[in-house]
Amino acid sequence: MLKPWLGRAGVLLLPALPTLCALVTTAVLFIAFLLIQGRPAWQAGPLVFEGAFGSLFAWENTLMRAAPLMLTALCVALPARAGLIIIGGEGALVLGGLAAAVTPLWLPALPAWPMLIAMGVASMLAGGLWIGLSGWLRQKRGVNETIGSLLLSYIGLAIFRHLVEGPLRDPNSLNKPSTPPLDSSYQIGVISDSFYVHWGLVAGIVACVLAWVLVRYSVIGFALRVVGGNPRTPRMLGLPVDRLVLLTCVLGGGAAGLAGMFEVSAVQGSANTALISGYGTAGILVAFAARHNPLAIIACAILLGGLEASGGLLQRRLGLPDATTLILQGMLFINLLAWETLTRRTGDWRLWLRGHWIAAPRAGLEEKGETSHG
Amino acid sequence: MSQLKRRDFLKAAGLLGASAALPVNLLRAAGGGDLTVGFLYVGARDDFGYNQSHAEAAAVIKQMPGIKVVEQENVPETVAVQRAMEAMIRQDGASLIFPTSFGYFDPHVLKVARRFSDVRFAHCGGLWEEGKHPMNVGSFFGYIDEAQYLNGVVAGHMSKSAKLGFIAAKPIPQVLRNLNAFTLGARSVNPDITTSVIFTGDWSLPVKEAEAANSLIDSGCDVLTCHVDGPKVLVETAEKRGVMTCGYHASQAALAPEGYLTGAEWNWVTPYKKHVQAAQAGEPMINFLRGGLKEGFVKTSPYGPKVSAEAKKNADAVKAEMMSGDFVIFGGPLKNNGGEIVIPDGTDYKQTAVELERMDYLVEGVRGQI
Repeated sequence: MLKPWLGRAGVLLLPALPTLCALVTTAVLFIAFLLIQGRPAWQAGPLVFEGAFGSLFAWENTLMRAAPLMLTALCVALPARAGLIIIGGEGALVLGGLAAAVTPLWLPALPAWPMLIAMGVASMLAGGLWIGLSGWLRQKRGVNETIGSLLLSYIGLAIFRHLVEGPLRDPNSLNKPSTPPLDSSYQIGVISDSFYVHWGLVAGIVACVLAWVLVRYSVIGFALRVVGGNPRTPRMLGLPVDRLVLLTCVLGGGAAGLAGMFEVSAVQGSANTALISGYGTAGILVAFAARHNPLAIIACAILLGGLEASGGLLQRRLGLPDATTLILQGMLFINLLAWETLTRRTGDWRLWLRGHWIAAPRAGLEEKGETSHG
Repeated sequence: MSQLKRRDFLKAAGLLGASAALPVNLLRAAGGGDLTVGFLYVGARDDFGYNQSHAEAAAVIKQMPGIKVVEQENVPETVAVQRAMEAMIRQDGASLIFPTSFGYFDPHVLKVARRFSDVRFAHCGGLWEEGKHPMNVGSFFGYIDEAQYLNGVVAGHMSKSAKLGFIAAKPIPQVLRNLNAFTLGARSVNPDITTSVIFTGDWSLPVKEAEAANSLIDSGCDVLTCHVDGPKVLVETAEKRGVMTCGYHASQAALAPEGYLTGAEWNWVTPYKKHVQAAQAGEPMINFLRGGLKEGFVKTSPYGPKVSAEAKKNADAVKAEMMSGDFVIFGGPLKNNGGEIVIPDGTDYKQTAVELERMDYLVEGVRGQI
């Protein structure tokens, strides 16, 4: 009687198996690394936990850092559904932030909500345009989207720097060139004083859930799975491949742009080079850790946010250099890629579980099951 | 009923504990009067540059009795610095915080300071304004252009090609002031000297800095200096190519035993100590603190082996004048490199002049444009 339930639990958990293995291996390697360095490894573990999840403040700290990562991870995960590897989220984020920062300057004075919506739309358009360009170049010009998006990201950063430090610079921002500061009514606050996390977190979670519904339950999501699975099949089926690819790129870029908008309106108060802080790059890590599953992105972003939050505690309590956190992140990423090879086998194991542990399913059910590719 | 109430009470107590107003007080009480001081750096503590200059001074503060120091490096100017400051307050019980990067001030330090009014925030570089900024915030900075002027004097003596090179991050007032002071110092020795400037665009771009150093050397510059966060790459590149350097932020003498002439160094121990002592004595927050060579906010590196006796004599004489407080670096008539007068004849800007904080020109003798 228990077997079918265990089997079902196994089927559900199997996609997470490579990630879990990677987490465990990373922990073991990290402890070994600290021991070799003669550092107090046994204190480090609990400190990582305390700094990331040990108190309400730690949670606030973690979630605040996780918020932009959810959005920039979508910039990788959505195009990945169509088989693209986009790594240029950083450029989309800063251009989105810039668009949000200048929107109030160019629009007449509006009440807070319409203005915030306009800023959000502007940021998503800017980000969507930038990543959409990578998708367009790939479909129409055969430019590899990974290289293309990376180079476009550099161009985006250069344009951003030029505009912020040149034409769009507030003359009063003397030693920290910035766009004119946002009016305080256009600044987004925190959820509450007893839960000190800005609304970007809610936006990130909502965006991830919407993306999950899109890829999992919509016709477009199904078509995307076909496009991502094989380059020829969808064309034979007559699917609008170019449009689908472009759509994922624009949506992904829009998510990254929105992250920029929240950075500007909830954190910085204006657009300046502090926006270039690696959220786009960290989003790649999150998306790969989540195997491009939008719901898993929420969990992985919180995990990475937690690692970064706890890095401070490691530095302050144990005197470890900041590079420790980088090494931990690097180990995590390499382990995720290494355990990725397991993914092919999990498919077989899942079938085996279905056949042996779960009471004989109807043939139709099996096809309805996950056909997700990483 | 009574059980329910007790549960509610426990919950409320738990929340109170978690809200961390309590831990702060507890930690502070547990410290037995010790003052916990937090330092935040935007880069690595051992960058041979700006962050190292702060970390070196923090190490001195660590030795003071009754002081506990907590440090965090590589803290970006995002929400990360806000949370790091808050973590120092809540998790470590810090009541005096030194956020050392310029970009931390607005909005990050201001935001956190408004929430923790019993914690002191002594920011490096910011411009605290009365009425606009919280009273528990202060800003301090040093007039390092004095030491850059002395760099220029020494470089002016030592250069054979009469061409100097300057690698700058961004064309902002602080950087331009150093570049101009360096050039004026060199031209006080030899009015034919020119300084070629290359702007890299950001504070820490090692590859671009190396390229800039090489191209300056290729164009004939034989003394280089800079205003970027870490002068390491520039000093090493110049040493490899047999070119002289003047340091910045901290001493880079160890990186260039041959060609290092002297350097403009911060001496953050002076402002740090003032803030720590004020906090220990419970005196009001020092909201605005500035100083140069005379006040001990900046210093110069010991002369390198190449520096001639004549150069030392000249630089020491100027330094003595600066120490007495009479020396004016930016006095009229001063032309920009387009030939227009930027400071009219008869006008002398003392170091405290606000006009200098808005500098937006390159003086005559600087080759380059903003």
